[in-house]
Amino acid sequence: MTCLHLLLTLVFAVSLGTPVEIQRPRGVPLTKKQFYEESKPFTCLDGSRTIPFDRVNDDYCDCKDGSDEPGTAACPNGSFHCTNAGYRPMFIPSSRINDGICGKMTLHLDISPQQCSMHGMVLHLKFFLCTDCCDTTDEYNSGAKCENTCKELGRKEREVLQKMAEITKEGFLLKQQLIEEAKKGQQEKQSKVTDMQENKKQLDEKVEALRTVKETAEQPEKEAKERHLKAWEEQKAAIRLEKDKAKMAETFLELDDNADGFVSVSELQSHAELDPDADGTLTEIEAQGLMGGAEQVDTSTFESVWPKIKDKYHSESQAEEPAPVETPPDEVKEPVVDNDSEPYPEDDISEEEDEDDEDEDDYHEDDDKAQPTIKTPEKTHEDEEAMPPYDADTQALIDAAQKARDDFEEAEKALREMDDQIRNIEKELSFDFGPDAEFTYLYSQCYELTTSEYIYRLCPFNRVSQKPKYGGSETNLGTWGSWSGPENNKYLLMKYEQGTGCWQGPNRSTTVKLTCGKETVVTSTSEPSRCEYLMEFTTPAVCQEPANIDPSPHDHVEL
Amino acid sequence: MAASCDSLLPLVLLLCLSAQAVDRSNFKTCDQSAFCKRQRELKPGQSPYRALLDTLELSNSRLSLQLINDNNKVRLLLELYRLQGNMTRVKINELKPLKPRYEVPDVLLSDPITEALSVVAQDENSLVVSLGGKDQRLILSAQPFRLDIVEGSQVVMSLNSRGLLAFEHLRTRKDTKSESEQAPGQENVEQQTDEDGQIKEDDDKPGMWEETFKSHTDSKPNGPTSISLDFSLPGVEHVYGIPEHADTLKLKNTDGSDPYRLYNLDVFQYELHNPMALYGAVPVLISHSTDRTMGIFWLNAAETWVDISSNTAGKTMFGKILDFVQVSSEAPQTDVRWMSESGIIDVFIMLGPKPADVFTQYASLTGTQSFPPLSALAYHQCRWNYNDQEDVKTVDQGFDEHDIPYDFIWLDIEHADGKRYFTWDPSKFPQPKEMLQGLMDKRRKLVAIVDPHIKVDSGYKIHNEIRSKNFYVKNKDGGDYEGWCWPGNAGYPDFTNPEMRTWWASQFAYDQYEGSMENQYIWNDMNEPSVFNGPEVTMHKDALHGVWEHRDVHNLYGLYVQKATADGLIQRSEGVQRPFVLTRAFFAGSQRYGAVWTGDNAAEWGHLKISIPMCLSLGLVGISFCGADVGGFFKHPSAELLVRWYQAGAYQPFFRAHAHIDTPRREPWLFGPENTALIREAIRQRYALLPYWYQLFYNAHRTGQPVMRPLWVEYPDDFATFSIEDEYLIGKDLLVHPVTDEGATGVTAYLPGKGEVWYDVHTFQKHDGDQSLYIPVTMSSIPVFQRGGSIICRKDRVRRSSSCMENDPYTLYVALGSQGSAEGELYIDDFHTFSFEEAKQFVHRRLSFSANTLSSRNLAPDSQFSTASWIEKIVIFGGSQPSSATLKSADGTESALEFEFDSTLAVLTLRKPGVNAAADWTIVLR
Repeated sequence: MTCLHLLLTLVFAVSLGTPVEIQRPRGVPLTKKQFYEESKPFTCLDGSRTIPFDRVNDDYCDCKDGSDEPGTAACPNGSFHCTNAGYRPMFIPSSRINDGICGKMTLHLDISPQQCSMHGMVLHLKFFLCTDCCDTTDEYNSGAKCENTCKELGRKEREVLQKMAEITKEGFLLKQQLIEEAKKGQQEKQSKVTDMQENKKQLDEKVEALRTVKETAEQPEKEAKERHLKAWEEQKAAIRLEKDKAKMAETFLELDDNADGFVSVSELQSHAELDPDADGTLTEIEAQGLMGGAEQVDTSTFESVWPKIKDKYHSESQAEEPAPVETPPDEVKEPVVDNDSEPYPEDDISEEEDEDDEDEDDYHEDDDKAQPTIKTPEKTHEDEEAMPPYDADTQALIDAAQKARDDFEEAEKALREMDDQIRNIEKELSFDFGPDAEFTYLYSQCYELTTSEYIYRLCPFNRVSQKPKYGGSETNLGTWGSWSGPENNKYLLMKYEQGTGCWQGPNRSTTVKLTCGKETVVTSTSEPSRCEYLMEFTTPAVCQEPANIDPSPHDHVEL
Repeated sequence: MAASCDSLLPLVLLLCLSAQAVDRSNFKTCDQSAFCKRQRELKPGQSPYRALLDTLELSNSRLSLQLINDNNKVRLLLELYRLQGNMTRVKINELKPLKPRYEVPDVLLSDPITEALSVVAQDENSLVVSLGGKDQRLILSAQPFRLDIVEGSQVVMSLNSRGLLAFEHLRTRKDTKSESEQAPGQENVEQQTDEDGQIKEDDDKPGMWEETFKSHTDSKPNGPTSISLDFSLPGVEHVYGIPEHADTLKLKNTDGSDPYRLYNLDVFQYELHNPMALYGAVPVLISHSTDRTMGIFWLNAAETWVDISSNTAGKTMFGKILDFVQVSSEAPQTDVRWMSESGIIDVFIMLGPKPADVFTQYASLTGTQSFPPLSALAYHQCRWNYNDQEDVKTVDQGFDEHDIPYDFIWLDIEHADGKRYFTWDPSKFPQPKEMLQGLMDKRRKLVAIVDPHIKVDSGYKIHNEIRSKNFYVKNKDGGDYEGWCWPGNAGYPDFTNPEMRTWWASQFAYDQYEGSMENQYIWNDMNEPSVFNGPEVTMHKDALHGVWEHRDVHNLYGLYVQKATADGLIQRSEGVQRPFVLTRAFFAGSQRYGAVWTGDNAAEWGHLKISIPMCLSLGLVGISFCGADVGGFFKHPSAELLVRWYQAGAYQPFFRAHAHIDTPRREPWLFGPENTALIREAIRQRYALLPYWYQLFYNAHRTGQPVMRPLWVEYPDDFATFSIEDEYLIGKDLLVHPVTDEGATGVTAYLPGKGEVWYDVHTFQKHDGDQSLYIPVTMSSIPVFQRGGSIICRKDRVRRSSSCMENDPYTLYVALGSQGSAEGELYIDDFHTFSFEEAKQFVHRRLSFSANTLSSRNLAPDSQFSTASWIEKIVIFGGSQPSSATLKSADGTESALEFEFDSTLAVLTLRKPGVNAAADWTIVLR
């Protein structure tokens, strides 16, 4: 093994039965052949030093860049070129030379961006066999018995490429339709919005006009109602005064035990409840105090005593009866705007993911204006005499105002609905549906995949969820976050975030990987990491225009 | 998220929910462990034990006599042996126990070889026994009983010098008085004749006949059985060992805290820096001072507590011993006290005197580290769990795509069908052989977990066979013991039963273990054993293993599980292939069966730091193949922590990344290209050094010397090294000071050795020894130094797996010492079979450089092995520029070698000697 350094190797690139003999050191690509000339000393490709040519591929690393050992594993940073006739030429790290591992025919289709960097591929596909050479030239001295699998690999690759090309072609056609539709739809929506905005202007004006009408009608209504109320208040006050006077007279008579027409200190003292310092006894001095210093008072003087005692006084005839509760007149309820209870309109969907808080706030403001006459508060005070009905004139004013309010409210509601519609369309229009709006058709759609345990549901631009197949509640695996593909094409991955929280962990999230396909369908789901889901989704919308690429081997691989 | 908790039983849920850090209340303190409390209440003082010198019996190699406890008249039998290799064994058992007490089997390799003992002097209160060699004597004082081992005029160790020998004799239950009176014949004769006052007092202590912890009651049918003995170590300030604890390398004084506990337990989210028990137990304590290194091996598998305290020598020196020695009363001393719940006192005193001697002595008792297949020393990629075959394939490809080598991918419990070990989940792993073949094509391997709890399920073959063969551990009432673990209700095979172990081993045969292949290896987890609903998350102590209680054998269970599994792997290859089995629980002797890891750590800097002393402690007591989960098991590491952990792990013996199922994925390429590159570089450094690791493991296997060593092991006279635990040596030639601090911009490494030199292996810069050196670090730095005077062989061509590097050439790194010389070894074999042992098929060479001549000489002339590897390059640090370099081959031919000399760093590189690695050759520089 110390002398496995075959300086030069005949590389037979057996390509479809046409033998081509090109002499060059093992592991050197044709494009670099000119740097390896047997007759001259070799200069490392980085120019760092020059060595005798017999040190090329002598299984000892002389060049820092590894260029003197293209065909051995001596340099840690070297690379080995294999022709792979029948498939495609490639470079492998030189550490894979003679490591006893054969190039296995593993064909992989993958759209992930990093991967094996040497074959950036068509259709975002990756064919990798970048770990070993299928032509076995990397295992020339390891004892591994490898089979040349290039032809078969090439065949398979062509098959797959062809199939993919077909899919891509059809998919791309579908995509064009999608783009067309999306454009049309977008235009329609745009013009609809424009129309609606025009209509909205009119509505706005109408609402304003009706508001003026309403306000104009409400002013006389208000005045008439106030008049009516005031009259009633005065009436009530007069009645109350009468009652008080009667009560005072009655009390005087009650107190005047000896019926001498005077209430004396001692007569008053019999009513302990009038005790001002609440020590249980009404002393003479206290009683005298209540009577303004007099020993006795007559009916007229009693008028000044009465206010001091009337609240406490217990009538002797109905000692157990609690004093009637006075209701302040201003508690009388009027049909007024109720600011505290603010019922939602029936159709207000209570969404949990309130993406549009602003909308709701708008609703609230609208409610205030829309609410005034919906409910007529009931009068609950039983003791209170009912307010007399409005007179005909006042009632006429009220009816007129009510009609104005109804008209206004109706117009305002229409305006609000139109606002909603405009907002919804604008929201839709604001989504990034791809450079050509090709993802538009996914909006407000949902796609399901049923696995052995769960039903997964992807509603693009909205949310991803998971529901147990045999009953149980739905779990949110994330709501629409953003496109998160690689820089060169962010539309290859969708990110859904902030799903239901995981115990002791993050909120669930889902990455949706989009691949080109004729159908729009969820093809697989997995949970590579706890609570981080991966969903694969095919759609024509990511199908790229089939370039005129010949899927057969090509030899221009750059390093 | 869902699976692990939802589908599991409420108990597991509880366990899961117990959240962020260890729930200490799940585990006993000494106060809550009745025997520990009883024992610890005993304070130092005059021992009630007296040696009955007239009972002395002395055969050629065994000295025995009786001890009597003057308080209760119970007699003990003391046996003393002098063992080959400067060891003394002291055994104490009851003279006439009511029934046999447990003596730990299967841990010692064989009956230790004894040497002759002779009594050189005797008087009415003492006995002087010559221990042979070096003026070493053992002085036995009769009353109070104590043993002192002296050398010359120095006491090196005293036993029972603080009077803490306590031996709870077996007794009949006193709570039914009539019973004990009816059966007096069975009582110890001496005991009856004495006043029972003392005995009753003894019996009155709580927890002797029953003990309850949380909701668990230990029925204790045998009553109190605990034992205790104290040891004094004059002149000693540093003691180490008794793993496993998440604590400092140097053991702490336990005066104000609980003793160190040895009781194999599944501790959920363990805490750092406390003496709580963890998954494994090795009852071996190592003492070290500039004078002497010694070891105490307390062979007992029951729950054990160890108290450490500082003292001064004068306080425990009295009586007869003063006739023999001069005592400086102010000399420091460390006192150690062992307490075990059952069994006997069987202690091996390893008298050193050098660290290497203690390792040799201990290895002669319990064996050496098993020699792992080379690939087991490479990098392991693990996660709970790789979800399915496709996942395994993708991760495997990920390593190739990112050009990172790895040898093993691991499957945790989710791979099995409903946690029925030895099976595969039919939907996730429908074609295990296809998966294994795919890995084999890449020359890689797989480890699948096989835990010792067996799902109770009549549709499960393994369970049915164990049940029908009556191989399960029994509960106290004689039925099969059942507990909750991952599969739900589970039985626990009685691994202490040799027939059971044989059967278990047979289950690894390819025709038994369906879907298994020769590149599949095994991992034994949960073998403390973990019982989710058991006391302290383990098995009830009154469960039965045949006639013995679980109490007696607890710490041994995990060892047996690994042993039976390793035997299975050997047998499936008909004795050809070396096994690889990882275990979480372990005991003294576990080194013979494979690797251990430090259990369920966390992604925290503190856990990264503690991995060093934890593995160093294990290495000191024989278990060299140790590692911690790289990245931390629980929680999510930052990229910085993950990179630093890879850098540290690459220089620890067992190098495996692992992660909890609830953590985000963390394969090396998921943290951006920069971090991928840093991790790749760390792993590559590991692969390049595999020849050195392999040679060290061969050495450990042959001699018992640890692979990962505290500095003091190689610099035993340098006091400054005694407490160092943030750096260590690999073998004796590489010093590693990993970066274990967040945001570190530098580390201070102590380079030991007056007059020695060290070379930075990355920059080749030379530094003097005996200094603390500040080394600025960046994210790519892994401070590693090669000792001047050493030669280390590397394989600098790093490939996809270690197997791919089999025939690759070696580069020799010759680091000249201050005398201009250097030595090293090279060991080569087939890297995976027993042929090295059974057919002497290996290459073992001594490489030495002196007087400008480098030569390779055969260290094992009677061995033979041919290798394809050759010497590709020789790098010499610290030399001068020669005018010529001549290679002389074995056949006498001479050839000139080309060379380059870097004069700024004094590095000489010899180009391509090209000689076969197994050949004799000499290179002369002129």
